[in-house]
Amino acid sequence: MLTLTCPCCGVIAEETEFAPGGEAHLKRFGPGSSDDEFEGYLFARKNPKGVHFERWRHAYGCGKWFLAARDTNTLEVFATYKAQTTEPPADVIAKIKAKRPDWEGYK
Amino acid sequence: MKRYSMFAVAREAMRFHRGWERAWRSPEPKKRYKVIVVGAGGHGLATAYYLGKVHGITDVAVIEKGWLGGGNTGRNTTIIRSNYLQDPSAAIYEKARALYEDLSQDLNYNVMFSPRGLLMLGQTEHEVRGYKRTVHANRLQGIDTEWIGPQQVKDLVPIINIDGPRYPVLGALLQKRGGTARHDAVAWGYARACSDMGMDIIQKCEVTGVRTEGGKVQGISTSKGEIDCEQLAIVVAGHSSVMAEMAGFRLPIESVALQAWVSEPIKPCMDVVVMANTVHGYMSQSDKGEMVIGGGTDGFNNYTQRGSWHHVEETTRALVETFPIISRLKMLRQWGGIVDMTGDRSPILSKTPVEGIFVNCGWGTGGFKAIPGSGYGMAELIARGHSPLTDQFGLDRFKEGRFIDESVAAGVAH
Repeated sequence: MLTLTCPCCGVIAEETEFAPGGEAHLKRFGPGSSDDEFEGYLFARKNPKGVHFERWRHAYGCGKWFLAARDTNTLEVFATYKAQTTEPPADVIAKIKAKRPDWEGYK
Repeated sequence: MKRYSMFAVAREAMRFHRGWERAWRSPEPKKRYKVIVVGAGGHGLATAYYLGKVHGITDVAVIEKGWLGGGNTGRNTTIIRSNYLQDPSAAIYEKARALYEDLSQDLNYNVMFSPRGLLMLGQTEHEVRGYKRTVHANRLQGIDTEWIGPQQVKDLVPIINIDGPRYPVLGALLQKRGGTARHDAVAWGYARACSDMGMDIIQKCEVTGVRTEGGKVQGISTSKGEIDCEQLAIVVAGHSSVMAEMAGFRLPIESVALQAWVSEPIKPCMDVVVMANTVHGYMSQSDKGEMVIGGGTDGFNNYTQRGSWHHVEETTRALVETFPIISRLKMLRQWGGIVDMTGDRSPILSKTPVEGIFVNCGWGTGGFKAIPGSGYGMAELIARGHSPLTDQFGLDRFKEGRFIDESVAAGVAH
């Protein structure tokens, strides 16, 4: 069972207290964008085997959305961080690099 | 290939069973094949089989990272049904179910298809309306399903509790020719038939890269060297996104864990398959007597083939209410598989942005039942460029907003 730390209220809890929300840092395309961009935003997912950035909501706690960096191949959680960012912060990247030296970085 | 028959069993019994041969060869890969299928699960092997049988293409290799049938083909709950709502789904799943009927004879391999009947319980008013709609749709599609009342459910499944209290059984959708088959035997039977046609099944051979040139596939790099091909079929379920990234495109797929578990074997007590989708559980009894139970998927991306414990707890709790006699059973084994979920819960059988590469994926939680139909359609797609079975399941449907929505309508447990 996953254990996550909510960066908003600081509570450490098991996954049953959280609701998963899919891939994080999606770039949104709306009116005026091309069909390919809109399709990519709506449907195409990285779905990596390895480091994954994803959204979670502390559903049975403070109710806030936050983001997590996690390895989908080992279920190891590298870090959780606040959602008000368009890409992973440097300290999160550093934590991942420390444990996964071969990781190619955020793209 | 020596045929399996009663006479073969008798002959071998006379000579201490020394005359059986290996069911398939384990060759080293050649330098080049016309078609390479990545993934020796049911779908991959069925694709190869129908390429040879229907279209005469036998210069085929099936590449497998682990062992044959060791992924979702060996991890499902073996349920076969075709009671889908949308026409394209009904067509491909019914094609599969129909092929299962005489697959044992076709392959000369006993896949133990058991059309024992399948019930989908209606436990809320919404579900009852949904299933009645499905029954009407199935009638138009020529699929034999019917709606039965709670007492008929009780007659068919004496161990069921139809009175609730939380979710009383209000009726059920019955597909009489639905049922189960031996999942491993399906993979083994196809593999044996493919090998017999001269195809190479190469196990323990991991694909590490896809070589393309000018938007056209050239071949693959593997742990056993470079292999060239004219056409490449990616049939790898949960790892579809990983393979797609090697080939340079993305798929509308997310990989999540789905679990199943079996009880200790008990005497025969239930001779139909029962699905209770409101409470996320389904159960059948295997030929060995184990109660085979499947539950819902996790919500987060996962490649570990391990699911979350609370899903096991939720499903078991719900099934204990529906089947009180299982409350004292011990569970023997529990396992997980990685399923490839699409947004509309329908599969993708399609050409891709790279010429010569085809994908067959997105079967999500319900791929086993579709294996023969999927392979049949996929083979036609590869050999002829299109197939009436797969035309609606193309990748372009996401761009066009032309979804085949089975996420709610089919009542599939998710």
